[in-house]
Amino acid sequence: MRPVYAISGGVSKFAKARPDKTFQAVIKEAYDYAIADIGLDFESFTRIVDGSVASYFSDHFARQLMAGIMAHDYLGLCPKPSHRVEGGGATGGICFQEAWKNIASGHMDVCVAYGFEIMSHVETWKGNEFIALASDVSFDYPVGGFYSGYYAMMVTRHMKEFGTTPEQLAHVSVKNYINAFHNPYAQKSQRITIQDVRSAPMVAWPLTRLDICVMSDGAAVAILASEEGLKKLEAAGAKIARPLVEVTGIGRGTDAMRMADRPHVDYDAFMCDYATEQEKSSDETRAYYKKLWAHGTRYPGVHSFRAGRTAGNMAWKHAGIEDPLHELSFVELHDAYTSSEIQTYEDLGLCRYGEGGPFAASGKAFMPGLDYGLKLPEKPVCPVNPSGGLIACGHPVGATGLMQAVFAIWQLQGSIQKHFRDDRLQVKNAKRGAIHSHAGTGTYVTVSVLECEG
Amino acid sequence: MAELPSRREETLGGYIVHGVPFPVDTDPDSLAFLKRMAPILIEQEYKITYLHSYGQDSPWFAGLANKHLLASRDPESGYTYANPRGHDMFSGAETEWIDITDRPAKVHAFTVCHFGSEEFLPECPFVLALIEIEGVNTLLLTRLMGVDPYQASLDWIGMKVRPYFLRNSKFKPTDVYFSPS
Repeated sequence: MRPVYAISGGVSKFAKARPDKTFQAVIKEAYDYAIADIGLDFESFTRIVDGSVASYFSDHFARQLMAGIMAHDYLGLCPKPSHRVEGGGATGGICFQEAWKNIASGHMDVCVAYGFEIMSHVETWKGNEFIALASDVSFDYPVGGFYSGYYAMMVTRHMKEFGTTPEQLAHVSVKNYINAFHNPYAQKSQRITIQDVRSAPMVAWPLTRLDICVMSDGAAVAILASEEGLKKLEAAGAKIARPLVEVTGIGRGTDAMRMADRPHVDYDAFMCDYATEQEKSSDETRAYYKKLWAHGTRYPGVHSFRAGRTAGNMAWKHAGIEDPLHELSFVELHDAYTSSEIQTYEDLGLCRYGEGGPFAASGKAFMPGLDYGLKLPEKPVCPVNPSGGLIACGHPVGATGLMQAVFAIWQLQGSIQKHFRDDRLQVKNAKRGAIHSHAGTGTYVTVSVLECEG
Repeated sequence: MAELPSRREETLGGYIVHGVPFPVDTDPDSLAFLKRMAPILIEQEYKITYLHSYGQDSPWFAGLANKHLLASRDPESGYTYANPRGHDMFSGAETEWIDITDRPAKVHAFTVCHFGSEEFLPECPFVLALIEIEGVNTLLLTRLMGVDPYQASLDWIGMKVRPYFLRNSKFKPTDVYFSPS
């Protein structure tokens, strides 16, 4: 495999609705931004780029099949190769990794990963119905298909099993909303409190409206290149930021579509197949898990995502990471729900299973220097969702994983001030970050590691 | 006094319009003005009826229609699935049917949906639950009845429940639901 560099990106401002443009033109906003950011014009870039990967989740939202080729066409990329990927909420993350494969394999030197979703063409509750069709239509959907309901069931089990509280969940929402207050691309711009989260309308007990991301219209684009690709772009006049941002690890995991079908494995199987290297090597942690299992915990059950743990372990191994909490400068993860951010802390090994609630309220995942209006017992260690995540930025499904990639590129380039016109979300001396994209009730999960070269 | 709505509900539909403002002349200035035109939004209806087959899982629905809760079991290992599965995920072998109607069951996880997908909005609030059934390795997603949706409590987890069946089968998984036993 060849080194792969993530050199540029663009994001359309995520919005409740973008009736002013068709989806192709919304994608082109992000595409033009990404090209302009390396100092090239449309025609010069078009001559060099080898192909694209298209990301969008639902044919229902657009009521348009083969929308990918319509975007590829609009961007002037025909007859170059392209394909569309689809994997629910993880579609953007999968797209990023497929573009990585195009470069790493030597098939392409410059590849564009673009993603979009236009969710405003149907009303919210119809949109929820479309999303719920990404559950088994014979056995899950007809019972009351509603993703917030599915995730809320995971929450009640997490609460019962580990003592997690709704207030701990609300810390995630406060963190992400206040981060997004400084992100001009975010759909939501409001400062909220724990009380606001808990007193918001109840959607699926115990998740309120402020525990849940919103539907959005939006697009995001990331440009990936090989060393040969860099040379071609720079020969054409591109100004590519140094140090380069290299994609040093990718991982992907899966699980059963019906979350009721997930296995409940014993302690030995967990330690053998799913524990992180850090967990395996700690006597104290092994004893901690033994105690959990003695109280009846089984893995992954419905409280954890083995797809996320599998993807994380794979990506950490690929990138040579042993202690993600201390070896990553930041993580952009898929917080469709406050609860799924907490579940994902655990899956990624930022804390142990069962400790996600206290971790959320500890302060370790917050940005330094921002006023959250909270008394946090610990200092920030590894900011999670410095952008504001899905909860505050919005979740135009096919664009989301690529939005994370773009924000990660900008963090590692140290260019947040340039792109946000505000440096308060710049993670100081960011060297390595992870992006995490998640589908369904944990059916597809991708984790990719990006880091500054050298 | 109850809080009164301050805004009218937004709905689609209305008058049918056969015309839209457009410049009388298409001179360059008028055409340039079109760049400032607000977008046209139209309604597009999309309705379809599928003839959906339950395939090899059909006996499970036939069982519900006859007040029996069936499950699939791997004949060698005995691994048992509450929702049917034609082949075992570990051995790849074809599963066999067993009847689990009378087995002890309890709530594993639940939620109360105060909102939902469009199809289920009229039923809100409703309780979704995952049920543990003795000797069954997977859970069963179902509706939980007989509890107050406005008094949700973690104490519901672990509560003993039993299946009930609709007398008039709809051939849907909601033909069975659970209530406290």
